[in-house]
Amino acid sequence: MTARSRTAGRHLPVQVLLGFLVVYFLVPFWWVIVNGSKDASGLFGGGNTMWFAGRVDYAGNLTRLFTYDGGIYGRWILNSTLYALAGGVGATVLSVMAGYGFARYRFAGRRFTFSVMLGALMVPATALVIPTFIMFSRLGLTNTVWAVILPSLLNPFGVYLMHVYARDAVPGEILDAARADGAGELRTFFQVALPLMRPAVVTVLLLSAVASWNNYFLPLAMLSDNRLFPVTVGLGVWQGIAAANNSGGTSLWSLIILGALVSVIPLVVAFFTLQRHWRGGLSAGGLR
Amino acid sequence: MTFLTEESAPRAQVTAPTARGRARPREHLMGWLFVGPFALVFLALLIAPLGYALYLSLFRRQLIGGTGFVLFDNYAKAFTDPSFRSGVWFVVRFSLVAIPLQIAVALAIALILDAVTSLFARFSRLMIFLPYAIPTVIGAVMWGFLYSRSFGPLTDVFGWFGGTAPDLLGGDLIFYGLTNIVTWQWAGYYMIILYAALQGIDPALYEAGRIDGAGRWQVALRIKIPLITPALLLILVFSLIGTLQFFNEPQILRHLAAGTIGPDFTPNMYAYQQAFALANFNYGSAISFALGGIVFVCVYAFLFLTRKRRSFLR
Repeated sequence: MTARSRTAGRHLPVQVLLGFLVVYFLVPFWWVIVNGSKDASGLFGGGNTMWFAGRVDYAGNLTRLFTYDGGIYGRWILNSTLYALAGGVGATVLSVMAGYGFARYRFAGRRFTFSVMLGALMVPATALVIPTFIMFSRLGLTNTVWAVILPSLLNPFGVYLMHVYARDAVPGEILDAARADGAGELRTFFQVALPLMRPAVVTVLLLSAVASWNNYFLPLAMLSDNRLFPVTVGLGVWQGIAAANNSGGTSLWSLIILGALVSVIPLVVAFFTLQRHWRGGLSAGGLR
Repeated sequence: MTFLTEESAPRAQVTAPTARGRARPREHLMGWLFVGPFALVFLALLIAPLGYALYLSLFRRQLIGGTGFVLFDNYAKAFTDPSFRSGVWFVVRFSLVAIPLQIAVALAIALILDAVTSLFARFSRLMIFLPYAIPTVIGAVMWGFLYSRSFGPLTDVFGWFGGTAPDLLGGDLIFYGLTNIVTWQWAGYYMIILYAALQGIDPALYEAGRIDGAGRWQVALRIKIPLITPALLLILVFSLIGTLQFFNEPQILRHLAAGTIGPDFTPNMYAYQQAFALANFNYGSAISFALGGIVFVCVYAFLFLTRKRRSFLR
């Protein structure tokens, strides 16, 4: 006990420094939390911008947020959820299979395919948006949910991660033993390899779901129907409208502030609740 | 996350997936069965669009005679186009300032968190990582409010000292405004990767260092940092790729910083404007492709300079 408090004392300046850093990283969150409670007069009335105004009205603002324009905001949140789940799960399934295949089978064309994929890690994702848009518009796929989900399935980095993990964490001997016991290839994969790869699977799933949820350029380019927008594009549009007409847009500003706050809650919750899993994935990699 | 840095550590790796010697026909089949679905998506959504963009970029819609084949004219036009050039110059300058800053902040925090074990340190780690969970668009919206002179606290803070708040959305200061946003957004993520790499180091090495008389700083500088170089390099490459394609933050702040951020502020924004506002897909594709080429060259030049190319792409 004394040893521990001595350490804490010695680290005091560092802890203070950390405190300042935490404040810096939390300031924007604090600002939206405080200002999400204000109405237009509270926002523009010239009060303290970092503290609550006299009237704290989350309920009223939330009602306005979710009823504005026929409840379009709720739709955006649902769309974002759909894109993140479909893109995240799809990309993870493809990455896990391909990573395992690259790591554990020696097949014709393996080396070539793998190097091409590694090269693709360097292809800027946004450089693909415009050509994919043109291709999809020829196929009549633009302005549909597929236009956002299909490109999210491509995750060469996930394949790379799974390859490294499968190579190191799934010993060939175990697979051979399973085969010797008469398990087929698929059974070996599902019952032996997959459980061993679980930490990496969770990490890849989380990374690809976050990437889909955060995506902006792709849906911005692909979608024109605002009922299909994810919340990132929707809030961007609202912000453009509010900035364009300074006086008439004042009511929209409070919606945008609260909308930004509400939109970050799902991922923050996901990160906190899944903490044990992705941290497990990180340390599992680190301990070896 | 350390498993990706492990990749770079030299080790005797067994390339043969099984100990059964030569591949059998069945092995070819199973391999392709597992890799096949990804390979299809890869072909359809990466190779095909790239090929198509290359094809499109070789044509131009002319006033007379419809769309004509112009070979590399669009590229020649792009590289002499002041809009494209100023955009490229901006993202290069921005990379040179923002990337070292982000990585220095991330490295410093990771080293502190690796050395200090307390409840507060664990809490800080999570809080500093938090911005990664925030969409870049929302991050830009939030910082836009904080910078704003009508909503933000800057007016108050500078008012206490009798000054006027700087306009981080206008003039030359937008550069620093954006630098701050990307540092806030990404430093925590990079910190987590570096922290995981640091945690993977065998503590016996520190003990050995201390016996040889190395202090706290020397352990950090001579043992920790060299051992996490592969992770540092990986982060550098990814941030370079991301920063050269800078789009979301300036696109969002455009509304608030009218006049400072034009539609050609970064090459990606310019390509977007050409393709979607002006329906000029040929030129838009050429700009996308030219930018992709620049990213490729920069990354390779960087990897060549650091002579770590092999360890990353092994």
